[in-house]
Amino acid sequence: MAKKYLAYIRKEIVPEQPAPIASKGIVGWARQNLFSSISNTIMTLAGMAFLLWILPPLYNFIFGNAVWPGEGVTVEDCRAKGAGACWAYIDSRMTFFIYGFFPKDAYWVTQEGFIASIMTYWRVNAVFAVGTLLLVPLMWPGLPHKVLNAILFFVVYPVFVFFMLTGGVFGLEEVPTIKWGGLTVTLIIGLVGIVVSLPLGIVLALGRQSKMPIVKGMSIMFIEVWRAVPLITVLFMASVMLPLFMPVGMTIDKLLRALVGVSLFSAAYMAEVVRGGLQALPKGQFEAAASLGLNYWKSMSFIILPQALKHVIPGIVNSFIALFKDTSLVAIVGIFDLLRAVQISNLNLDWGSKNQAITGYIFAAVVFWAFCFSMSRYSIMMEKRLDTGHRN
Amino acid sequence: MKNKIVTIALSAAMGLMASTAMAGTLEDVVAKGYIQCGVTTGIPGFALPDADNNWAGLDVDYCKALASAIFNDPDAVRYTPLNSAERFAAMSSGEVDLLSRVTTWTMSRDTQLGMNFTGTMFYDGQGFMVRKSSGITSPKELSGAAVCIQTGTTTELNAADYFSANNLEYNPIVFVDRDEVVKAYEDGRCDVYTTDVSGLAANRSKFADSSEHIILNEVISKEPLAPVVRQGDDTWFNIARWTYFALVNAEELGITSANVDEMLGSDNPSVKRLLGVEGDFGAPMGLTKDWAYQIVKHVGNYGEIFERHVGVNTPLALERGVNALWTNGGLQYAPPIR
Amino acid sequence: MADLKRSQKSAPKPSFINDPKVRGLFYQFVVMAVVIAFVYVVAKNTAANLAAQNKSTGFDFFFQASGFDIFFTLIPYDRASYYWEAFVVGMLNTLLVSVIGIFLAAILGFILGIARLSNNWIIAKLAMVYVEILRNVPLLLQLFLWYTVLLKTLPGVKNSLEWFGAFVLNNRGLYIPKPMPDATFNWVIITFLIAVAGAFALKYWAKKRLEQTGNRFPVFWSSIGLLVGLPAIVWLVSGANLAFEMPTLQGFNYKGGLSLPSEFMALLLGLVLYTAAFIAEIVRSGIAAVDKGQTEAAQSLGLKDGDRLRLVIIPQAMRVIIPPLTSQFLNLTKNSSLAAAIGYPDLVSVFMLTTLNQTGRAVEIVFITMMVYLILSLVTSAFMNWYNARVAMVER
Repeated sequence: MAKKYLAYIRKEIVPEQPAPIASKGIVGWARQNLFSSISNTIMTLAGMAFLLWILPPLYNFIFGNAVWPGEGVTVEDCRAKGAGACWAYIDSRMTFFIYGFFPKDAYWVTQEGFIASIMTYWRVNAVFAVGTLLLVPLMWPGLPHKVLNAILFFVVYPVFVFFMLTGGVFGLEEVPTIKWGGLTVTLIIGLVGIVVSLPLGIVLALGRQSKMPIVKGMSIMFIEVWRAVPLITVLFMASVMLPLFMPVGMTIDKLLRALVGVSLFSAAYMAEVVRGGLQALPKGQFEAAASLGLNYWKSMSFIILPQALKHVIPGIVNSFIALFKDTSLVAIVGIFDLLRAVQISNLNLDWGSKNQAITGYIFAAVVFWAFCFSMSRYSIMMEKRLDTGHRN
Repeated sequence: MKNKIVTIALSAAMGLMASTAMAGTLEDVVAKGYIQCGVTTGIPGFALPDADNNWAGLDVDYCKALASAIFNDPDAVRYTPLNSAERFAAMSSGEVDLLSRVTTWTMSRDTQLGMNFTGTMFYDGQGFMVRKSSGITSPKELSGAAVCIQTGTTTELNAADYFSANNLEYNPIVFVDRDEVVKAYEDGRCDVYTTDVSGLAANRSKFADSSEHIILNEVISKEPLAPVVRQGDDTWFNIARWTYFALVNAEELGITSANVDEMLGSDNPSVKRLLGVEGDFGAPMGLTKDWAYQIVKHVGNYGEIFERHVGVNTPLALERGVNALWTNGGLQYAPPIR
Repeated sequence: MADLKRSQKSAPKPSFINDPKVRGLFYQFVVMAVVIAFVYVVAKNTAANLAAQNKSTGFDFFFQASGFDIFFTLIPYDRASYYWEAFVVGMLNTLLVSVIGIFLAAILGFILGIARLSNNWIIAKLAMVYVEILRNVPLLLQLFLWYTVLLKTLPGVKNSLEWFGAFVLNNRGLYIPKPMPDATFNWVIITFLIAVAGAFALKYWAKKRLEQTGNRFPVFWSSIGLLVGLPAIVWLVSGANLAFEMPTLQGFNYKGGLSLPSEFMALLLGLVLYTAAFIAEIVRSGIAAVDKGQTEAAQSLGLKDGDRLRLVIIPQAMRVIIPPLTSQFLNLTKNSSLAAAIGYPDLVSVFMLTTLNQTGRAVEIVFITMMVYLILSLVTSAFMNWYNARVAMVER
């Protein structure tokens, strides 16, 4: 019998125990995030009750009881009692929502199949495709040839869009702007808005920072007046008053009027975003540019603006989101953008039913949301990228 | 090469800013190769995009008839949707050649705005729609009712006039968009919906429970809806006016788009003159002598247009009523062609 | 030194064309000339066009009878009223919906912003989903949707929801009792105003006492007591009478009481929900911008939870929050102009649509409408700038 020691020395480490059941896995997560205190529990229950209250009817309306397009589905299905959203109606009007009155290609409209359905509107679809091809590499950070890409998108592409859609040259049928409509017009207004308002906004922002009192005063006046009034008054001015400003007997295209209004309006907002970037630059940059002997325009275009604009890319994207949402207002002055196309189709008696209008609005909301949400994600991503390494 | 591109670009840019000579609309139109026709921004039966994304309706067919008379092609038309606020400005600036846009013929518009009305394409009147369950039979019982109205129209003023003339309390709910008015009424926001009877019928057909709504018999205004041209261009005015008369005369003589070729061989002198078999009635207007034949061939007669877009077999389900020919007790009457 | 001076003096004078001052003047002159020429051409064309269209100009139409009715007015108005009265009606309606909207949107926005930072997962996610959906859909579309939903879900007149026989809600609007005070009731109101002043004085005194002695005084509850109790006593003692005019069903509609039409509610709902989504983001980033060290420092000073938020975090967050919040308030005011789309008689709807339609004075009316919004915006930003200057950190 060996000596008995009262002292106890542990020789090996106790094996690791799993964490208490209450602090790991779903239970632990729930305890931490949902039920950590009484008030927290009450909030959780309230939140769940809210979801239970809102989700089932919403699901039933949008999916459960909805009328989907298919063989033999008619307006009677949508008129039936208890029917939910009438997606069949959306499906039947889809080409109108996207292309408006744009004429169909005479050859392809007689053909069958998926390719034919794309080629029916090949001119508009080509515009969409080229736009996507130019935009994706432009927005993809890290890809080379940004300057060339930007020139292609901001200068060459609008010209391409103009000739492709209006036609009248290169053997293309001439299509007046009043035949454009739907999502096409919404995107065009957005495109023109950004292409015009960005350079104009830069000029205005520089004007506002200028040392010349008259230039500065005029820039401030322009920016502040445009920012103070609602877009609907600007559009109204463009649609009712712009024709009066023209020489007698000269008319100005309806869409062009709205474009002028939207562009000037968003230029004022863009100017303020750019000004933020200019003000954020350390004064040393201006002095450094001056000490190199660069004149005003050179120092601006090689030193100041590249830095300032890079800083405010998120801001530019955000004001573009605002611009894109604002395009829906042209519906009020009778331009057939997506919202107006939906509204006018809601009047169509062929699909007249109780949920026709609400289904149309939901569809439009989803489309707008998809565009705006992806842009806002992009803006956040850029913000994070630009942020790295710039923190002091 | 460079010059050529610049020229193309410039001409393209100018294309968006057209300069129009106000003198001879017909010459302008012929030079352009199409008619610029002002229509509504969307009223079922009168002008609305159809399933093929083309404008269709009674107003639209009038434009097509005019294009057939001039170009022998009903599709030589471009439609400009105009809301009530811009329509006359668009006319006087020369943006459109013609307004076929459910416009009520009134004296002030005819005499003060520099417009000419060509002939009543559709006799309308402002009426009221109520729910059957309300038990109302006359507008006189509407005191205190909430009335849904579209703004910027004669409707708004007519209603105000009517209610004050009859000492009734008046509670107007006004909207810019027609479909918002209808929705508000359908959802019970208003007791009454007032607009032209044709409009009431058009919208009633849309309701899920259309039998639950009645249109009161009494109308409170005369609304002759007529196409409009600019004052001071008699040739154009004559073409526009006689296009309408040709439509009505064709119906009276029993000429339809289906039998128009047969009718060329008719012995009836009236038919012969209308279709250009005998005499040349087109030349004084600057048209070919078969101008009316082309109209009927491409768009049909007045009755056909009516039945196609607003008649009993359409969702609007309107009876001919006052829009029947004068021979059937209606008001549609056209001077003879001779 | 002297050499240096001399060399500076003798530096070659830049040629006249290259003198920046001269150039600046020249550029400004050019800009000025272009603007003046532009304005001149536009004015000339406008006059020529108006003459060609036989249109009269001027502001005399303000004193003509309007001939149309408006269903929701804050001042007496009927179809015999002048156009200027219609203008005032529209402006008041715009102000009404803007002021109430700003107030509610700020509250909801702060709640949502704090909810987004909540420890509670479900609450934080709900707030996030709300913000991401609402701010990415055009407001005009939302207004159409809210209006449709409001009309479809609320009951008709015959089946109105009633509470206590005094509050009525149906798809025509919300009806509430209208207070009808008699003459002596003014004393109650005066007492209430005195109580408000008293509450402020109490707060000031309590703060002094806290600083001097460290003792707290329950300011909040005693103020409530003051505000409710004092007027109540005066009311009972003076025998003043406050009658209420109840909304009752007469014929087609509820009559009497105060009514808020559903167009007003839909517009308010749309504006508040939309703007709150933006304010929530502003509040969230404002609070997130406060350094974590501030919280820890406040804790180490022994400040209580509420005081920590109220005295340390919020004041610092406010500096970041105020400027963007101002522009949201302005946006809400401007966005209220979309009222016309759903039938609420605001300035744009009454003046720029109906009045313009009837009088045809496009230039005058659009100009006045823009001026009104310009002035509203200048006043709002002046006020917010003043407030911003007050909360701005005083650097020492």
